[in-house]
Amino acid sequence: MLIPYTVKPREDTGMYNAKLGIWLFLASEVMLFGGLFSAYVILRVGAGDAWPVGASILNVPIGAFNTLLLITSSLTMVFSWIALKQKNLDKFKRNMGITILLALAFLVIKGFEYNAKFSHQMFPSKSTFLAIYFTLTGLHALHIIGGIIVNAYFWGPGRKMWYSDPERFTNRIEIAGLYWHFVDLVWIFLFPVLYLL
Amino acid sequence: MKLKRLISPSAVLPKKINQGIIHMSKNHDAELGFWRKYVFSTDHKVIGIQYGLTALCFLLFGFALILVMRWQLAFPGEPIPWLGKLLGEGRAAGGVMLPEFYNELGAMHGTIMVFLGVVPLVVGAFGNIVMPLQIGAPDMAFPKLNMASYWVFLLGGITMIFSFFMPGGAASSGWTSYPPLANLATVGQTVWILGMVFLITSSLLGAINVIVTIFQLRAEGMTFMRLPFFVWSQLVTAFLLVLAFPPLEAAGILQLLDRVIGTSFFMPSGLVVSGEPLDISGGGSVLLWQHLFWFLGHPEVYVMILPGMGIVAEILANNTRKPLWGYRTMVYSIVFLGFVSFIVWAHHMFLTGMGTALSGFFQATTMIISVPSVIILTAFCISLWGGSIRFNTPMLFALAFIPMFAIGGLTGLPLGIAMTDIYLHDTYYVIGHFHYVVAPSLIFAIFGGIYYWFPKFTGRKLNEFLGKLHFWPSLFFMNCVFMPMFAQGLAGMSRRLYDGGETYAFLEPVIALNKMISYSAWALAAVQVIFIINFLWSLFQGEKVTSDNPWDSTTLEWQTPTPPPHGNFLTLPVVCRGPYEYSVPGASKDYSPQNEK
Repeated sequence: MLIPYTVKPREDTGMYNAKLGIWLFLASEVMLFGGLFSAYVILRVGAGDAWPVGASILNVPIGAFNTLLLITSSLTMVFSWIALKQKNLDKFKRNMGITILLALAFLVIKGFEYNAKFSHQMFPSKSTFLAIYFTLTGLHALHIIGGIIVNAYFWGPGRKMWYSDPERFTNRIEIAGLYWHFVDLVWIFLFPVLYLL
Repeated sequence: MKLKRLISPSAVLPKKINQGIIHMSKNHDAELGFWRKYVFSTDHKVIGIQYGLTALCFLLFGFALILVMRWQLAFPGEPIPWLGKLLGEGRAAGGVMLPEFYNELGAMHGTIMVFLGVVPLVVGAFGNIVMPLQIGAPDMAFPKLNMASYWVFLLGGITMIFSFFMPGGAASSGWTSYPPLANLATVGQTVWILGMVFLITSSLLGAINVIVTIFQLRAEGMTFMRLPFFVWSQLVTAFLLVLAFPPLEAAGILQLLDRVIGTSFFMPSGLVVSGEPLDISGGGSVLLWQHLFWFLGHPEVYVMILPGMGIVAEILANNTRKPLWGYRTMVYSIVFLGFVSFIVWAHHMFLTGMGTALSGFFQATTMIISVPSVIILTAFCISLWGGSIRFNTPMLFALAFIPMFAIGGLTGLPLGIAMTDIYLHDTYYVIGHFHYVVAPSLIFAIFGGIYYWFPKFTGRKLNEFLGKLHFWPSLFFMNCVFMPMFAQGLAGMSRRLYDGGETYAFLEPVIALNKMISYSAWALAAVQVIFIINFLWSLFQGEKVTSDNPWDSTTLEWQTPTPPPHGNFLTLPVVCRGPYEYSVPGASKDYSPQNEK
């Protein structure tokens, strides 16, 4: 079944269907993380002085390095989209590849961080701070994994569409990019809230 | 500027593309086998019908739960007649319902009715089937997501039902699942959370689809102010679903972690259960759950009632044969309702001791939100004025909606004011109030919608005589069930009493009402058999409709073949007028379809 406005934007709304769809999805994601951030605020306010300073438990330099990785991956994600706009598939493959690698590096570092906590018996059941830390970063890591799967698909088998419908493929990368920037943005909130404040 | 462009009638749908779709779909349709056409279909009408039939089954199941529960309330401690043995010793020892099972029934009745019955009916079924037709779209914007939405919903529903067979039974902490009770409950509560995650995912997929479809796939000339009111109600509802459900998902995740890996999000320090201090880190907040839950919970009320208002608006305009009074006002009201519904949630929490400042704020917003509801209801009443009303079955249900919703809404005011709510909180008064909103009004709107749109998709009308035989006793017994609850609640009867309040001396004057309510509820169930018979009989033997537009309606869903093919419209509709142009002076007939030049 062919649906209108899957490739070209509709004139009066200025958007193609999937773009409006992803914005709405991101709105719901904002509410999901918003709910968890509110939980953080309520728990922290309730705890008063008993709440630990993030830096006393978490490793700030590692967190900062991870932030850098994600910001760079956002940049290469945009580059890969621009490459398609320039009709340069090789440049797209290169940039998308770097994006995926950076995301994987982020996860590996996060894994080491988690492992260091677990080896010191710091489990989510030990304190409310650790509980909200693992919940927020864990849910964020799941989003990263989702993003890697989607990006890897477009880098690999999904690339076929470039030869049959290049415009639609470019749109798909734009959509994936919007999601990736959102995941990046969530981390940019998570890092100061959990590590620094 | 942008807004102006959005509502200007220059919405151009390329003709070639659209006609291409029709040809394609016709060839395509013939190739599809049985499974792709009726089971794993991407056609919005088939998915909508799947939603509708599944949700009606869940609705019946949820209703059955309360029918069993009403036995215990009317005859506490007496063995349930033939069903008692079937339930087994774990649920009803010697045929007498156990308190644990009573709690399961209560929690699951609420969950099933709201999340598996009513919302899938008004959004998944009516929204899916009627909305794309009314805006002149060939299908939903994302047909595959639409299909996924149904199957995830079904999975969630099966998970919920399955939880009855878990050790310790289904969730039993009320449909609101307040911690710490829910944190300590049996494993059924975990299954409940998993089921909710499926249902939230499903409604998210559905709601995004609805919004994109309404924004992107309107036919040429279908401006926002020419949208039928039902479409507006779907649009606002979809926004509520997209924005209000995720915080409940967040709450569900936190409760899942509390239960499974032993975090303390909702567990305060120093909690002692059965004399034993719990081995937890503590530091959590029980109110956190209530805030997150009711942040969904209150918009959810509007998710249910707004599409109901939409259905009623369609039926009223059609059967009064005159335009809806104050269409624009109604549209502004429903949009305003959508916004304000996000800032009233804590009126469910006046009794938690959250403080007078917060109570004052939420009390004020609650009073404000009653204004647009009253505007819409008043517009309905004025719409009736001077119309030559056709009293057919859909119209009877729509007419009954007005007073029933008025009772439900007005009895809500004392609950929205902190001072009176402190007395009425958690009594049968609350039960009576919200059931008036969802049962006699919303379910009547759903029945009205079924009677109204049935001919479009089957080519046959539901039987009028059986319809009236269904309507009048339903109206009577609905009131017999819920009206006495106000009296019981005012007398102070708590909503969670396993024995129906037998042990409280001060409930003596209202205790006999328990029996009356139960008898009425069972009679109400018996009356629904007439509907089931009518539905099945009319499907095969009902009076055939002679035209594609049997009710002489103006909106686009009737300007298609019966039933509409995959792709909906044979020729591209071009909209030239508003949705309710009935009895236009000087016109040759008393209705002017939206696509008529």
